[in-house]
Amino acid sequence: MATRKSASKPNVSAEELLGYYRDMLLIRRFEEKAGQLYGMGLIGGFCHLYIGQEAVVVGLEAAAKEGDKRVTSYRDHGHMLACGMDPKGVMAELTGREGGYSKGKGGSMHMFSKEKHFYGGHGIVGAQVPLGAGLAFSDKYKGNDNVTFTYFGDGAANQGQVYETYNMAMLWDLPVIFVIENNKYAMGTSVQRATKSPSLWERGAAYGIKGEEVDGMDVLAVKAAGEKAVAHCRAGKGPYILEVMTYRYRGHSMSDPAKYRTRDEVQKMRAERDAIEHVRDLLLSGKHASEDDLKAIDKDIKSVVNEAAQFSQDSPEPALEELWTDIYADSVPQQA
Amino acid sequence: MATEILMPALSPTMEEGTLAKWLVKEGDTVSSGDIIAEIETDKATMEFEAVDEGVIGKILIEAGTEGVKVNTAIAVLLDEGESADDIADSAAAPEAAAPAADAGVKAAPAGGSATAAPPAAPKVDTSPDWPDGTEMKTQTVREALRDAMAEEMRAADEVFVMGEEVAEYQGAYKITQGLLDEFGARRVIDTPITEHGFAGIGVGAAFGGLRPIVEFMTFNFAMQAIDHIINSAAKTLYMSGGQMGCPIVFRGPNGAAARVGAQHSQCYAAWYSQIPGLKVVMPYSAADAKGLLKTAIRDPNPVIFLENEILYGRSFEVPVLDDFTVPFGKAKIWREGSDVTIVSFGIGMTYALDAAEKLAADGISAEVIDLRTIRPMDTDAILASVMKTNRLVTVEEGFPQSSVGNYITSVVMQQAFDYLDAPVINLTGKDVPMPYAANLEKLALVTVDEVIEAVRKVTYR
Repeated sequence: MATRKSASKPNVSAEELLGYYRDMLLIRRFEEKAGQLYGMGLIGGFCHLYIGQEAVVVGLEAAAKEGDKRVTSYRDHGHMLACGMDPKGVMAELTGREGGYSKGKGGSMHMFSKEKHFYGGHGIVGAQVPLGAGLAFSDKYKGNDNVTFTYFGDGAANQGQVYETYNMAMLWDLPVIFVIENNKYAMGTSVQRATKSPSLWERGAAYGIKGEEVDGMDVLAVKAAGEKAVAHCRAGKGPYILEVMTYRYRGHSMSDPAKYRTRDEVQKMRAERDAIEHVRDLLLSGKHASEDDLKAIDKDIKSVVNEAAQFSQDSPEPALEELWTDIYADSVPQQA
Repeated sequence: MATEILMPALSPTMEEGTLAKWLVKEGDTVSSGDIIAEIETDKATMEFEAVDEGVIGKILIEAGTEGVKVNTAIAVLLDEGESADDIADSAAAPEAAAPAADAGVKAAPAGGSATAAPPAAPKVDTSPDWPDGTEMKTQTVREALRDAMAEEMRAADEVFVMGEEVAEYQGAYKITQGLLDEFGARRVIDTPITEHGFAGIGVGAAFGGLRPIVEFMTFNFAMQAIDHIINSAAKTLYMSGGQMGCPIVFRGPNGAAARVGAQHSQCYAAWYSQIPGLKVVMPYSAADAKGLLKTAIRDPNPVIFLENEILYGRSFEVPVLDDFTVPFGKAKIWREGSDVTIVSFGIGMTYALDAAEKLAADGISAEVIDLRTIRPMDTDAILASVMKTNRLVTVEEGFPQSSVGNYITSVVMQQAFDYLDAPVINLTGKDVPMPYAANLEKLALVTVDEVIEAVRKVTYR
């Protein structure tokens, strides 16, 4: 991983820095709580935690404006919190309750918010990439200047449909930012065991798409790259690729014995490159905040997350009638 | 306040596990993310991390204990300033917090009871598709499909067409002829040969508020895109709790054409009809092609619109109306009869109608029903007819196993068993990949003679 460039004199206000700290911390504490609820049997099935990757979505959301869209894979809790979705609704979806964003019918991997322009939450690796380009297509068709952030991992980067999409996105100048969240492992397979390409973003060159590598453990570097990509897209110059180098601290899903990497590797990353610690350092060393200020934020986040956890347990399971709703938009009765 | 550390579920199926090893001891300070124990699950040995920070006050389950149930308290974590003495021994595990699923799940609304009296014939919507006295014109299926798209594109800017060769080439089968000239390249879009990709882009555009018509040069190629059709288009409304629908039409020729071999000759009616969230349409006549395609474009759900290359050039009478549509879920009775019911759809109708004509000459009166939409299916029309004729033959070109006819048979058996005077016969294509040789290809498809033979069997004549 590249050494941190922007750490010394960030061109950012104290208010913004505090906002990023808060947003990243919310994701981390939320995910820790989700892991705990999973352990208690309150969350079932798959549950892919975002811990370690917080700076990616928080940095990119800092570059977005109202109307911009986002779509991602199944590791989606962080994206939802970062775009302003209610932690209660997200957590209640994880527990499969009526108060969840999908009324408990989608689960961890399948959540949406039309209001926040969050288009899922998709469980098939790589499928969100053409969907994101399609969302961008709709904005270009309507003639507005919205962009779509289309997130996918280093694993999805080897799916054929990604390259079909690159081709058409460039052919039609679609305002889509392809964000490759390279967390080094596709489940248990390291990037080096899946491809001999030295970098993933450079593959866009075959289609004429510009891009760059970004330090994904530095929220300010991510934001700066995001702003550049957004400006490119809004100017009608077509798609842009950001390969954001990041790291997932937890397993692929919950039942991951993690034999494909060493404990030391994870600990080193946590100790030396943690994105939240980085912003904390900036805040303290820049005298933008005191230990007490940060403690107050920590406390506040903790209560937001606890409230979400409580709500996700208090909210009832969906009514049994819900089995039969939302299959068709015009409620055509089911045939025998 | 002291917190209990509970035995975690570390996989979707884990109910109990072995507490293999403690990596902390009483009195140790832990912070979030520290590994505190190793736990053996049904799948692997996993490291168990602390979620909260604090001091390990008491270890409740010794290392090496097997069969520790999920959610059993295994240790107690103390906050700053608390002491282990504060912990009451009542730190027993709470019962599993997850609520038990209610067993009373609503039964699928299928089928009648085996002991009930024979049901009455259902009321069937037999209203005409257009008013009596409407002016008619002769049109091919091809022209009717084009007119349907053009009319809907004139009516709504969100409607656009994309696919291979739909614009400058004027359509591989000339279905989109003239659309580029009228609507321009913004709304009539040539794609590269990349079905998986452009189907996904179409679905994304529908999520974004447009109403795409995605043309597949043939539905055989749509197998490259079937993940987006099913996982992305059909399921999103449900997975989003009703927030986000997908108004999109996937259309193109389906089934066997002539002498194009196994990979280009397959009927997908039964495949797509299995999927909740999809609507599946397969018109026979030009009027239905037009009226159903207009309905499909306006429908807020994903619609699979299965055309047929051989039918494209056939001419039919089409009503001259400003806005002619045909509703989904309404079958059309092409021919009334009293001795047997023949149910078909799409090109299967050509065999059904020819056979009925020949059978009439022999004094056998066949009622011929065109389903027009496979999903939703007008099972009432089938049931009402079978209750009248007591005999049923289904005709389709798809493969025999799990065919549309199989489904119809199951519905009739469950809801009109007592009315049947003979076993239902499902005529389908043969259970072979489509051969190229002309004589074998003919043998692989349904024939008029087979329909006649099947009708004779079920009428014992």
